[in-house]
Amino acid sequence: MAEAKTTEKKIPVLATQTVENDNLKAEIQRLKSEGFRLVTLTCVDLDEEHVDLLYSFDKDLEMVHLRMHQPKSNPAPSISDILFAAFLVENEIQDQFGICFDGLVLNFENYLYLEEEVARTPFCKYSVIRKDAQ
Amino acid sequence: MAKTIIPFGPQHPVLPEPIHLSLTVEDEIVTQAVPALGYVHRGLEKLCDIRDYHHMIQVVERVCGICSKIHAMCYCHGLEEMMQIEVPPRAKYLRTIWSELHRVHSHLLWLGLFADGFGFEALFYQLWKIRERVMDINEATTGNRVIVSVNVMGGVRKDLSPTQIRWILSELELVESELKALESTILDDYTVKERTVGKGMLTKEQAYELGAAGPTLRGSGIAQDCRQLNYAAFSDLEFEPVVEYDGDSYARSKVRYRETLQSIDLVRQALHKLPDGEINVKVKGNPEGEGVARVEQPRGELFYYFKGNGTKHLERLRIRTPTFANIPPLAVMLPGIELADVPVVVLSIDPCISCTER
Repeated sequence: MAEAKTTEKKIPVLATQTVENDNLKAEIQRLKSEGFRLVTLTCVDLDEEHVDLLYSFDKDLEMVHLRMHQPKSNPAPSISDILFAAFLVENEIQDQFGICFDGLVLNFENYLYLEEEVARTPFCKYSVIRKDAQ
Repeated sequence: MAKTIIPFGPQHPVLPEPIHLSLTVEDEIVTQAVPALGYVHRGLEKLCDIRDYHHMIQVVERVCGICSKIHAMCYCHGLEEMMQIEVPPRAKYLRTIWSELHRVHSHLLWLGLFADGFGFEALFYQLWKIRERVMDINEATTGNRVIVSVNVMGGVRKDLSPTQIRWILSELELVESELKALESTILDDYTVKERTVGKGMLTKEQAYELGAAGPTLRGSGIAQDCRQLNYAAFSDLEFEPVVEYDGDSYARSKVRYRETLQSIDLVRQALHKLPDGEINVKVKGNPEGEGVARVEQPRGELFYYFKGNGTKHLERLRIRTPTFANIPPLAVMLPGIELADVPVVVLSIDPCISCTER
C-alpha cells in the first residue's frame, strides 16, 4: 500500500455568507429570484446556547451556503413560506435539535420522527431539554 | 362534495418501506396529501459520536442497501477532499464501475417494482431476472450482492482481474440485449402508458423550485446530474444527462430506463480505460474543518456535510438523501389525481424511506 501524498496541512473552511435572523428571508428571496434551488438545511450544535443553521443552495451545480448563528432559546424564521421544500428539513431540525421555526407551513410540532414520551433533543450534544414548537 | 381523509400506508402492498400519507379525497380525486414519517428512523448520523470516521463507512453503507456503494463513495470522497488525500486513478475507476453497477441494479429493481405496482407481474419478473446478472457480478467481485463494502478511505479494498473484466463485459452484453428486448413493453405497452402518462405531473418550474432530485428532476426537463461534478472517474468518461420533458410518471420511468443503458455504457468505458496501479493509499490523521460532498445516486443527488475537529470522531455528519428532497414535490404531484393512481405516482419518485429517515 502506497503512502498518501502529504501536502501542507490546511484546515478546510466552508465558504459561507453569514446572515442574521432579520435579513434571512430577504437573502432567501434574493437567492430564489437569482435562480438558486434549495438543496438542504444543516443544523450544527455549537454550545449550550447556540447552533449554526446552514442553508445550502445550488445553481448549475455551483453551491452557495448561508450561515445563521441561532440561539437555541429563540425561534428561527421558517423559510418554508418562500421555499415549500424547506418544511420537511425544518421539521427534522425541530425534532432533532429542539430549534423552533416561526411560520412553518406544515408543522409536525416536534413529532415528525419522535414519539410523545421522548423528552430529549436527540442530536444535541449540549442540551437535553426539549422545547415545544411555536 | 364531502371530503374524506384516507390513510395511505405506512404498510401498503406496493411499498416495501413504511411511509404514511393522509390523503384528502373528494369524489375519488385527491385534493391534499400530507406525508408522515418516523417509522424507521435509526439516528445513523448521530453514530459518528461513537464510531470513528473509518468505521462510519460501514454505517453510511447501511443508510440504504440499494445505494450502499454510492453512500460510501460520497462519504469517502468528501473526507478525502477535506484531508487532501490523492486517491489513485485505478481506485477512482473502480469506484465508478461499482457505483454504475449499483445504478443498473437499482433502476432494474425499480422498473420491476413499478411494473408490479400497476399489476404487470410478468414484466416485474423479467426485469428482476435481468437484475440477477448484476447481483452476480457484485457477488463475484466484492463478495456481497447488495452491501458491497468496497470503499475505504484512500481508495478501494478490492481489485478486478482481467478475467473478471472480460466476464463483466460479457454479462453486461447480455443485460443490455435482454433489457432492449423489453424496451417496447416498458415504453410502448398500452397498460404501462394507461397507468403512467399524464399521472403525477411536475412541471419544470415546480421541480426546480421544490428542490426535486435525480430522475424526478430530469423527468421534468432539467438536465442536471451530479456526475457532471466529475468526482471519481467521471471526468474521463463521456456522458450526457438523460432528460425527458413531460414531467409525468411515464417520463420518470423513461429516464430510468435510458439511464440503465447509459450506466452499462459508462461501466464499459471505465473497464476499457481502467488504468494500472495502486488501488488505495494509506490515510493518516483525522479530519478537521468543514466540507460538503455531492454525488449522483440512482434516486438523485446525495449531499453530505462533514465537520471534523481533528479527532477520530466527526463532530457532525449530515446526510440529505434524494428521497428526502423528492417528498415535497410528491406532496405537490398527488393533488388532482385519482385515488387509484396514488401508488403508481408515489412509486414514480422511487421512494426510499430508509434513506429518508436515516
